[in-house]
Amino acid sequence: MSILGVSGLTKRFGQADVLRGLDLEVAPGERIAILGASGSGKSTLLRCLNFMEMPDSGTVTLDGKIVGRRESELIQVRQRIGMVFQQFNLFPHMTAIGNVMEGLRTVRRFPKAEAQARAEKELARVGLADKAASYPAHLSGGQKQRVAIARALAMEPELMLFDEPTSALDPELVGEVLGVIRTLADEGRTMLLVTHELGFAYHVATRVIFLADGVIHEEGTPDQVLVHPTKERTRAFLASHKEYSLQG
Amino acid sequence: MTYQWDFTPVLANSGLLAQGLVNTLKVTGTALVCGVVLGLALALLRLSPRSYLSWPAGFVIEVFRTTPPLVQLFWFYFALPLLAGIEMTPFMAAAVTFSIQSAAFFAEVFRGGIVSIERGQWDGARAIGMTQAQALRRIVLPQAVKRMIPAFMERAIELMKTTTLVATISYADLLYAANEISQKTFRPLETFTVAALIYFVVITAFSLAARQLERRLSVSGESTVR
Ligand SMILES: Nc1ncnc2c1ncn2[C@@H]1O[C@H](COP(=O)(O)OP(=O)(O)OP(=O)(O)O)[C@@H](O)[C@H]1O
Ligand SMILES: [Mg+2]
Repeated sequence: MSILGVSGLTKRFGQADVLRGLDLEVAPGERIAILGASGSGKSTLLRCLNFMEMPDSGTVTLDGKIVGRRESELIQVRQRIGMVFQQFNLFPHMTAIGNVMEGLRTVRRFPKAEAQARAEKELARVGLADKAASYPAHLSGGQKQRVAIARALAMEPELMLFDEPTSALDPELVGEVLGVIRTLADEGRTMLLVTHELGFAYHVATRVIFLADGVIHEEGTPDQVLVHPTKERTRAFLASHKEYSLQG
Repeated sequence: MTYQWDFTPVLANSGLLAQGLVNTLKVTGTALVCGVVLGLALALLRLSPRSYLSWPAGFVIEVFRTTPPLVQLFWFYFALPLLAGIEMTPFMAAAVTFSIQSAAFFAEVFRGGIVSIERGQWDGARAIGMTQAQALRRIVLPQAVKRMIPAFMERAIELMKTTTLVATISYADLLYAANEISQKTFRPLETFTVAALIYFVVITAFSLAARQLERRLSVSGESTVR
């Protein structure tokens, strides 16, 4: 029984076939790390799952039900799938708590007090209760990303998508964000995580998939894919990556 | 040659000038308010991916941006009654002309402001389930409007000066009143100097207020509009 199913997913931008018939089943509680070279379509895959990008063909199934293309349906689906971006995408004209309340107020039509209570709880969960009144411009990158996570969690999503959540952060701020994601993992949340933090993927993911040529090129447990990859391209990717992280 | 300045005849007619100023502000204010509302609508149509919406909007915007305001004014005041049987008072003709003309201008300002907001803001809004309209109203426009304030100001000032054209269709604006007074008192120098001074004072006061607002917004760094 899978919470999310992807079947025959294709997406092209102009001449570029980014996804070429990708299949994926996600069981509840699974934490899937997605690896792949730059431009291999990792972001596109995530964005197709909540229809921020319209797939050209293929189906996405949520809780056993195929997602249609009507805007009203997509709006429902996006509330059930939380998304966290590399660049945070916080709303700069709203405070931290304003950011977290926004979906509850505007989309869910919560009364103000109720939205505020929920938002305070979510900010506390990511360790930012004391920053509720701060504007994003006055927060560090790590704090911004934690607010963005709280904003997504406030909608009580069944599934979380993280697109390189720590790639835009200074190295010393990566830990606090990974710490929050780790907590969510420990709560048993279902998540798909695009990351270059191989160590984190190794310890937190239940499954690792490697994207190449618009499909899943290799997948398995973290140990299978990260330590004992069988495919040549996976090995090459990991090798270049380790080399890079040693230099860095 | 020494000219003997004498402002008393002008001051004696200050009631006329005041009425003229009120009329000028009426046209300017109406055109600004209608222009902003209509301009936003035009901008949204212009940004629509549907060409049957964006193309006509673009056409209206271009026509009103590229033709002289005086021609537009004459067209509404003189041509519309002949062609469509629509009679307009000078005020209506002026209000309609300058509203649409401002709308065309504001449409471009709105469009520029909206497209200047990063794609990530739309992403962030849509990812929590907002509709396109909600994202626009709650996330994109509040940020865009802040960036548009200088252009708005510029346009408002330009508009107030352009409304002097309404004197040509006998609408009793400030300039029209000044013209009348100068003919009555044979004191054109004094009259037009006072009129210019009034424009100067009103426009300067307006720019100062607008700059103050702009500064307040940029000091807090952010504004929360609900
Ligand atoms: N909106 C778009 N329009 C045109 N091309 C796009 C668009 N989005 C992505 N692409 C192209 O699709 C390909 C895959 O992009 P994608 O962002 O999914 O890759 P990625 O695996 O996330 O890469 P990275 O590791 O750099 O984030 C790239 O070649 C990219 O240039
Ligand atoms: Mg990417």
